Amino acid sequence: MSTVMKLGVIAAVLLLDACSIQPWVKPYERDRLADPIMSWDRDVISGAYVDHIYESREGSRGGTGAAGGGCGCN
Amino acid sequence: MAAVATEATAVFVMSKRFRIIRLGLVATFLLARPGGSAVLPDDRADIFYSDYKGGGMDITGESVLVRKKFSENFSVEANYFIDKVSGASIDVLSQASVIKDERKQKNISLDYIHDKTQYNFSYTDSAERDYTSNTLHFSLSQDMFGDLTTITLGFSDSRDKVGENDGSAFVPRVVWLGHAESRTYQAGVSQIVTKSLITGVTLEVISDEGYLANPYRSVRYLDLGGGGLGYGLASQVYPNTHTSTAVEGRAKYYLPYRAAASVSYRYFSDTWGVRGNTIELGYTQPISNLWILEGRVRHYNQNHATFYSDLFPFAGSQNFVARDQDLAAQTNNTIGFKATYAFLPDGWKIFKRGTASLDVSHIQFKYDDFRNIKDYNDTPAGGNYAPGAEPLYSFGATVYQIYLSMFF
Amino acid sequence: MKISITNMFRRCALAAIVIASSAFAADAGGPAPAFTLTDLAGHSGTLSQYKGQVVMVNFWATWCGPCQQEMPLLDQMYKKYKPAGFTLIGVNVDKEAPAVKELLARKPVSFPVLLDPANQVSKAYHVDEMPSSVIVDRKGQIRYIHRGYKPGDENEYQDRIRQLIRE
Repeated sequence: MSTVMKLGVIAAVLLLDACSIQPWVKPYERDRLADPIMSWDRDVISGAYVDHIYESREGSRGGTGAAGGGCGCN
Repeated sequence: MAAVATEATAVFVMSKRFRIIRLGLVATFLLARPGGSAVLPDDRADIFYSDYKGGGMDITGESVLVRKKFSENFSVEANYFIDKVSGASIDVLSQASVIKDERKQKNISLDYIHDKTQYNFSYTDSAERDYTSNTLHFSLSQDMFGDLTTITLGFSDSRDKVGENDGSAFVPRVVWLGHAESRTYQAGVSQIVTKSLITGVTLEVISDEGYLANPYRSVRYLDLGGGGLGYGLASQVYPNTHTSTAVEGRAKYYLPYRAAASVSYRYFSDTWGVRGNTIELGYTQPISNLWILEGRVRHYNQNHATFYSDLFPFAGSQNFVARDQDLAAQTNNTIGFKATYAFLPDGWKIFKRGTASLDVSHIQFKYDDFRNIKDYNDTPAGGNYAPGAEPLYSFGATVYQIYLSMFF
Repeated sequence: MKISITNMFRRCALAAIVIASSAFAADAGGPAPAFTLTDLAGHSGTLSQYKGQVVMVNFWATWCGPCQQEMPLLDQMYKKYKPAGFTLIGVNVDKEAPAVKELLARKPVSFPVLLDPANQVSKAYHVDEMPSSVIVDRKGQIRYIHRGYKPGDENEYQDRIRQLIRE
């Protein structure tokens, strides 16, 4: 088996094994994470605007922005 | 602000900021939307006003946004944004010119949720007199492993048309110079680590091709013989490709007395030789159920692009030449405060809640190899400094943002 | 590390099938764990006091959007089927009572609400989604578990309840 294939198999196994990982933060323990102060970006327009102020003056771009967190309901 | 019309050759300096706005504002606006949770965000309507004053520029931003669910799985968001720029920027090397322009951006975004996957599709159209940009974006977010992990993948494609206004403020004459195309690939993982800690990593690769320079800026080269200024001007010449990679890691922690502290670090590297580091700290403190106070500090530094120089030794010394301050070695530091007040905590008629926010920040910019010619050496009479010995440029900018958000 | 790929695959395929099946996945069909909790007024409430009736145990929180959405519908359902021998117990999992009190003052419900701040009952019922509704038959056996809430789910709740009431 080539190295790439071996890596592929390891990745697949880890991913499959991951199916049996039990969440260590239970859904009924997500009250803090569901608090609006814990969201990444409450104000969409402001967040984008501030990012653009920097992007138009700096040589860097991208990398900002995230998803996830919250109450995890449904 | 009085617009000074000089001769017919007066040039409107459209700083590169608006170039990068197309790629920047659009990309960040699109990726900065919430995603990954199995519930769509609340319906909302926002009005936004901002004012940036600094470096001789005064830029206002006005925006409205509406988001509405059409079923439990599907929502649409529409946003309209206007930037108005006026001022005389440091970039102006030719005769005194004043910038005055307006950019209008329209965006529509669709979100669809099915089980643990959220799909987003959006289109953005940005137009100003001498620059247009259209972007298509698609992303999907998947919740996994007991909803503790969210994986996001995104892709954007932008087509830009670049022009130059050869006329004046009130009698513009736009000449279209070329096109640029940009492709963005995003991948992100958000991971809940404990009941109080959420972390995330984002990778973004952007690849552009085409006319990538700012047509209004020039490079200068040492020329002790002519003109009296000691330097001559020439057009910038940029490579017609550019690929960049940014990686950002961030974490947010819930403090037991109900507050949140966050930290993020981003590393940037591109094929133009720019390496940038960004570090940001934030703190959020709610007070009772009505107020949320936030503070943030941000530090940024970068080196200069390989083909950048404030003063080239002679004309034609390199294939690629740039003197755009965005590509100069620089640092900037920001301190910002935001106060949000829930003025409708219990709702009113169809509105579940309403908030008003005021955000004030100050950014101090310092350049390590970009010199302030405009104030010190742009006319033979004002030239007290030998070329290359002018003071390094630095300036401060203050940004105000006021917005109202109504949730229904 | 000995990794049996076939085993991993089998385990995951099983998990995938369970997840992919409808939100109504029958539990092992075991007995509903007994519990004793207090309500907002401090009075004790138990599951066993409702033995002989069909009981829906609904796990909810003030910070959970879909939970808030289904509450009024659960209330309607409770009022409708109570005469036929049905009870709904709302088990709230908030860590602190004041938010629960404030919410119920604004949006009252008629079914009993018990508080599980230590999350012992949530653990015993293996709550793995918010909200979760566990339907227990007259003999105290768990018959159905519904995970999450989407508009329209209340029809499924009613179908199951009617079915169990007829037994």
